[in-house]
Amino acid sequence: MGSVLNPQTLVRDSDADLIDRLRTGDEAAFAGLIDAYSAPLLRLAVAFVQSPAVAEEVVQETWMAVVTGIGRFEGRSSVKTWLFKILTNIAKTRAQRERRTIPFSAFDVDSGDEPAVDPERFLPASHPQWPNHWAAAPQPWSMGPEGTALDRETLAVLRRALEDLPRAQQLVVALRDVHGWPAVDVCAALDLSEANQRVLLHRGRSRLRTVLERYFSDPEPEEASCA
Amino acid sequence: MTDDTMTDLACKELVEIITDYLEGTLPERDRARFDEHILTCPPCREYVQEMRTTLRLTGRLTVESISPASRDELLQAFRRMKA
Repeated sequence: MGSVLNPQTLVRDSDADLIDRLRTGDEAAFAGLIDAYSAPLLRLAVAFVQSPAVAEEVVQETWMAVVTGIGRFEGRSSVKTWLFKILTNIAKTRAQRERRTIPFSAFDVDSGDEPAVDPERFLPASHPQWPNHWAAAPQPWSMGPEGTALDRETLAVLRRALEDLPRAQQLVVALRDVHGWPAVDVCAALDLSEANQRVLLHRGRSRLRTVLERYFSDPEPEEASCA
Repeated sequence: MTDDTMTDLACKELVEIITDYLEGTLPERDRARFDEHILTCPPCREYVQEMRTTLRLTGRLTVESISPASRDELLQAFRRMKA
């Protein structure tokens, strides 16, 4: 346990230095890498293969490819991007083998219009005084203090909402807001333009807010008992 | 658009540029319109607050990683490569 690196420190280390340490068999460096990236890799793998068990195998295969392929890493991309590329290839092969036809123009933004808020909640553009202003204004949320049952329930609702997002939105929101990656890393890992990354982030976050709003405005549990 | 004075931002527009605002990618002029708007519009202030709360709660979701057994297996494989 004493050899485990703080992932934050590791991420700040220059990639060249990290690669050198991996090549010379520095186990702590490898452990740090696993600890820093297994969770986001798993997140991406699930997007391809759906089954959590298969996703874990894909991540495992990715790390094995790193163990055997570190000598071939040319340093033309960041380690993070390299890892995501390996995983993407393995996951795609795996998805094909299982005949999942996931169309992989992967993380494209579909061009359809997706308003952040139901347009019905605004006054019409023709309104003489307040065009396009709120008709049904957002109401303050009453949240339970951290650690309470209510708070845990809120997080469970949010987790489900995140999982229900369209795949590309889910990945971007998860990497940005759950894993705390900067935009530039998400763009590189998912091969997205900055603008598309922002659109996906915006749509995903807006949907999550809507789910929470609905949850907070409806104090009745969904499956209310008849008693 | 022909007017040089600052045009008022509508609430319906604000909810679409909020991510650019929070990301710090909004052009200066739009940023000023945004700030101006939330000063005088309590519902939009509430909306911004809710969006920030959403981000904060999302940041508290736990992440799933690989199992400790898988991790050990990988470290062993790494050690074998080294040997």
